[in-house]
Amino acid sequence: MNINATIIGQTIAFAFFVWFCMKFVWPPLIGALQERQKKIADGLAAADRADKDLEQAQAKIAEELAAAKQQAQEIIEQANRRASAIVEEAKDDARKEGERLLVAAQAEIEQQVSQARNELRAQVASIAVAGASKVISKNLDEAANSALVDQFVAEL
Amino acid sequence: MAETASGYIQHHLQNLTYGQLPADYVRADGSVLSDATWTFAHSAQEAADMGFWALHVDSMFWSLLLGFVFVGLFQFVAKRATSGVPGGLQNAIESIVEFVDTSVKESFSGKNAVIAPLGLTIFCWIFLMNLMDLIPVDWIPGLATLLGIPYMKIVPSTDPNITMAMSLSVFMLMIFYWIKVKGVGGMFGDLALHPFSSSNPVFKVLLMPVNLLLETVSLIAKPISLGLRLFGNMYAGELIFILIAMIGYAQLPLHFGWAVLHILVITLQAYIFMTLTIVYLSMVHEEH
Repeated sequence: MNINATIIGQTIAFAFFVWFCMKFVWPPLIGALQERQKKIADGLAAADRADKDLEQAQAKIAEELAAAKQQAQEIIEQANRRASAIVEEAKDDARKEGERLLVAAQAEIEQQVSQARNELRAQVASIAVAGASKVISKNLDEAANSALVDQFVAEL
Repeated sequence: MAETASGYIQHHLQNLTYGQLPADYVRADGSVLSDATWTFAHSAQEAADMGFWALHVDSMFWSLLLGFVFVGLFQFVAKRATSGVPGGLQNAIESIVEFVDTSVKESFSGKNAVIAPLGLTIFCWIFLMNLMDLIPVDWIPGLATLLGIPYMKIVPSTDPNITMAMSLSVFMLMIFYWIKVKGVGGMFGDLALHPFSSSNPVFKVLLMPVNLLLETVSLIAKPISLGLRLFGNMYAGELIFILIAMIGYAQLPLHFGWAVLHILVITLQAYIFMTLTIVYLSMVHEEH
C-alpha cells in the first residue's frame, strides 16, 4: 500500500492508452456509427421521397385517365352528331328526289293525257266523218239512220 | 494452511515490489546486504523501506496487460468497423462506444476530441482491472508461489498507486483545459469569485480569500476522492473475497453471492470514475 514509482508508471501507461484510443480506436468506431446513422436517415428520406413520387404518379394517372375519358366522350358525341347530320342529309335528299320524281311523273301523265286527248279528238273526227259518210250513203231510211246513230254513239 | 490468518491476508494484500534496498540492510530472512541492491521485496517491511523509487511489478504488469487487451480488442474491431450490418463483436463494442458517447454528450456540450476517448479508455480499462477481482483469490497468487514469485496481487485497482495515477492524470487534464479554455485569470476568477459574490467591489475583494480557500479545498478533494473511491471499493471487495476464502468449504455459496454482487460493483465503479471524469472536465469548460 505504499505510494511509489508505480504511480508514475501508471500515469505514463494511462497517457499512452488514452492517446492510442484517441488516435486509432475512437475515430473509426464513431465514424462507422455516424455513417450508419446517415445511411439510415438517407434510406428513410429516400423511402419518403418514393412515397411522394408514387402519390404524384397516381394523381397524374387519375388526371390523364379523366382527360382520356373526356376526350372519348367528345369523340363519341362528335360521331353521333355527324351520324345524325348524315341521316338528316340523306332524308333531305330522298325527299327532294321524291318530289322531283313526282313532278316528272305528273308532267308525263299530263303529257300522256293531252296526247290521248289529241288522239281521241282525231279518232272522234274520223269516226264522225265515217258516220256522216255512212249516213249519207244509206240515206232516208229512218230506222237505218237511227240505228246508225246508235251504233255511232255506241262506238264513242 | 501453514500461515496464520493475518499472515494469509497480509500476503494477499502485498504487492510484488521491485526496488533498491540500502547497504547494511537486514533482510526478512536475517541476511545482511553488503551493498545497496536492486531486488524484489520479500516482506512488507522491505517493500516499505524501498522508498518511493520502487515499482509494484504485479500492478504494472496486470494493468498494462489489461490495457493492451482493451486497445487490442477495440482496435481489432475498429479496423474492421463497417457502417453496414455489424457483426456480433462489432455490435458489442459499438454499444459500449455508444454508451460512452451518450454519457459524454449528456454532460458535456462543448467541443473536445479528448474527452470521449478518455472516457472510453477509463471505463473499459477500469472495468477490466476490476474484473480481475472475480478470479478466485488464490488461483494466480498460488501459481506465482509455485513459480517462486513471493507476491502477486492481480487486481491493479486495489493498488492506490494505480487509481491515484489515473485520478491525478484526470486532474492534470482538468487544470490543462481550465487554463486553455479560460486562461489563468479565468481560472483564478472561478476559484476566487464563487460561491460568495457581491456586487460591491470592496466586499468582493474581502470575500476572495474565503472563496479561494473553499474552492481550493473542493478542487483538491476531487482527484483524491476520485482515486480513493475506486481504490476503497475495490480494496474492500478484495478483502472480503480473501476473508471468505479463509472459511473452508462454506465459502462456496458466500463467494458466489459476493461475486454476483461484485459484478454490479465493478461495473458501477468503472462507470462512476468515467462519469466523474467527464463531469470534472465539462465543469472547467463551462461559463458560470
